[in-house]
Amino acid sequence: MIEFQQVHKAYTVQGRQIPALQPTDLHVRRGEVFGLIGHSGAGKSTLLRLINRLEEPSGGRIIINGIEVTALDANGLRSFRRSVGMIFQHFNLLASKTVAENIAMPMKLAGGHGSADIAQRVRELLVRVGLSEHAQKYPAQLSGGQKQRVGIARALATGPDILLCDEATSALDPQTTAQVLQLLAEINRELGLTIVLITHEMDVIRRVCDRVGVMDGGVIVELGDVADVFLPPQHPTTISFVQESEDDDFVTDEDWQQVQGSIVRLTFLGESTYAPVLGRVARETGIDYSILAGRIGRIKDQPCGQLTVALSGSESQALAAREQLQAAGVTLEVIRA
Amino acid sequence: MSAMFVNIDWYEIWLATLDTLLMLGGSLLFTVLLGLPLGVLLFLLGPRQLFAHRGAYAALSLVVNVLRSLPFIILLIVMIPFTVLVTGTSLGVAGAIPPLVVGATPFFARLVETALREVDRGIIEAVQSMGATTGQIIWNALLPEARPGIIAAVTVTAITLVSYTAMAGVVGAGGLGDLAIRFGYQRFQTDVMVVTVVLLLVLVQILQMLGDRLVVHFSRK
Repeated sequence: MIEFQQVHKAYTVQGRQIPALQPTDLHVRRGEVFGLIGHSGAGKSTLLRLINRLEEPSGGRIIINGIEVTALDANGLRSFRRSVGMIFQHFNLLASKTVAENIAMPMKLAGGHGSADIAQRVRELLVRVGLSEHAQKYPAQLSGGQKQRVGIARALATGPDILLCDEATSALDPQTTAQVLQLLAEINRELGLTIVLITHEMDVIRRVCDRVGVMDGGVIVELGDVADVFLPPQHPTTISFVQESEDDDFVTDEDWQQVQGSIVRLTFLGESTYAPVLGRVARETGIDYSILAGRIGRIKDQPCGQLTVALSGSESQALAAREQLQAAGVTLEVIRA
Repeated sequence: MSAMFVNIDWYEIWLATLDTLLMLGGSLLFTVLLGLPLGVLLFLLGPRQLFAHRGAYAALSLVVNVLRSLPFIILLIVMIPFTVLVTGTSLGVAGAIPPLVVGATPFFARLVETALREVDRGIIEAVQSMGATTGQIIWNALLPEARPGIIAAVTVTAITLVSYTAMAGVVGAGGLGDLAIRFGYQRFQTDVMVVTVVLLLVLVQILQMLGDRLVVHFSRK
C-alpha cells in the first residue's frame, strides 16, 4: 500500500545539512493501523509528511497504491493528496468557518461536487463523528475532542483510502484520547482505511495499532507487530517507552535482593492471559512462586499480561516449571537465574 | 453663541467635509485594491512561505520601506508631475488621490503581511494536504483566516489617510485640512480651526468604532 524505498530527508539550515530521516525502507499494509513512536526529533513527523509530500524527500522513492508519488508533478500531487486524509495535533481547523464549512472544504477545493452532494456528505460525516448538532458552530465553540472529530470528518470528506494522524491525540486529555482512538479504530474497521499515525505515547500504540515502528535519530530501530515489539522490548528506545508507560511496576534491584530463588518475567498474550497457567504449573511441579510486579492489559483487541515472579524450589523443579510455562505459550525472560 | 462662530460659513464647511470624505473613500478604495495583493505577495515571498524568495522579497521590501520612510508632505510635492499625468490635475480631490494612494499603499501592504503571518502555519499545511492550489490556499484559507486582522489594517489605514488628507490641503487638495490651514491658521480664525478639528475627530472616532465592530463580528471567538 505505502512503500518507501531508501527514502531520506535532510534539512538545510544556514548552509548546513541536518539529517532528519536516514535512508529508510518501509512497507505499510493495506487496511492496517501502523504506528510510529519516537521522542521529539526522532524523525517520525518528517516520515509522516513525506507520505503526502508536505515534505519533499531528499532522495528515494515513495510508491503508494501503485503510484510513484515522488515522481508526480504539481497537478498529479494535488489530485493524489485527495486520496490521503490528514489530521493534526492542533486540529488546524479554519476558525473563520463553521464546522459544516470546514468539513465541506476538501470537496469544495477538489471541485466537481454539487452543493446538494456536499451538504449530504457533510451530514453523513457529522453523524459518523457524532457532531450532528454542532454543524453551524465555529471551532472556537467546541472542546478539543470535538475539534478533532471535525478534523477526522474533514479528512474523510473526499473518501480517502489512507489517513495520516500527526500526534492526533497529544493535545487531548486521557478520556478524550480514548474516545478519539476508538473512533479511529472504528473508521479503520468499517471503512477499511489504512491509518498511519505518529505519537510519543505508548498507550496510543497499544490501543489501536496493528504494527509499530520505533524511531530514534531518524532511523526505524524496531518494526513489527505491536506485541512482538513491546513484549518484551529489545532496543533501548523501545525499552524506555515501555518503562515510561509502566512506571507503576518499575521495581529496583534492591527490592529483589530480599526475594529467594530465580526471578523471571512472564508475558502472556491472547488466550493464555486469562488461563490459570501459573497456578497449574506451580501445582504440577511443586514450585513456589511470589508475584513481584505485574499488569494485565490489552494490545488492540488482544488481551496481554506481564508478571514478574520469583520461583523458589529445587533446580529441577524450576527447570520443569519454565518448560511447562513455555509450552503453555507464555514468553519467559530470566531476569535473575 | 453666534458671536463665537462669526467666521463660519457652514456651507463651506459642508463642502470641505464632503471633499474630505471623497478623498478618504477614493484613496482607501485604491489603497486596498493595490495594497492587498501587494501584502499577499510580500507574505508569500517571505522567509519559509509558499513562494519564499530571498532576492525578490528583499527588493519588494526595499521599495515598500523607501515609500514608507518618505515624509508624506514631501511625497505630495514629488508626486505632482505623476499626478498630473494620471488625473490631469494636481488640485482638488482628484489631484489628492494619487499621492494619498502611493503614501498609504506600502503602509497597508505591510499591515496585511503582518496579519497574514498571524495565520497558523498548520492551517496552510492542512489545506495543502487537501490538495489545494496556491490560489485556493490564498482565497479559501489565508484571507478568510486573516480577515479580522485585515479589517483592523483597513481601519488603521483609513485613520492615517484622514490625517494625510489634511496635509494634502497644503498643496491645494481642499477638504477640512485645507480649511483649517487657510482660515484657522493663516487668518487666525480660531473658530474655524475648532470646528474642523472637532469634525476630524468625530470622523476618526466613527472609523475606529466601525472597524472595531467589524473585527469583533468576524473574529468568531
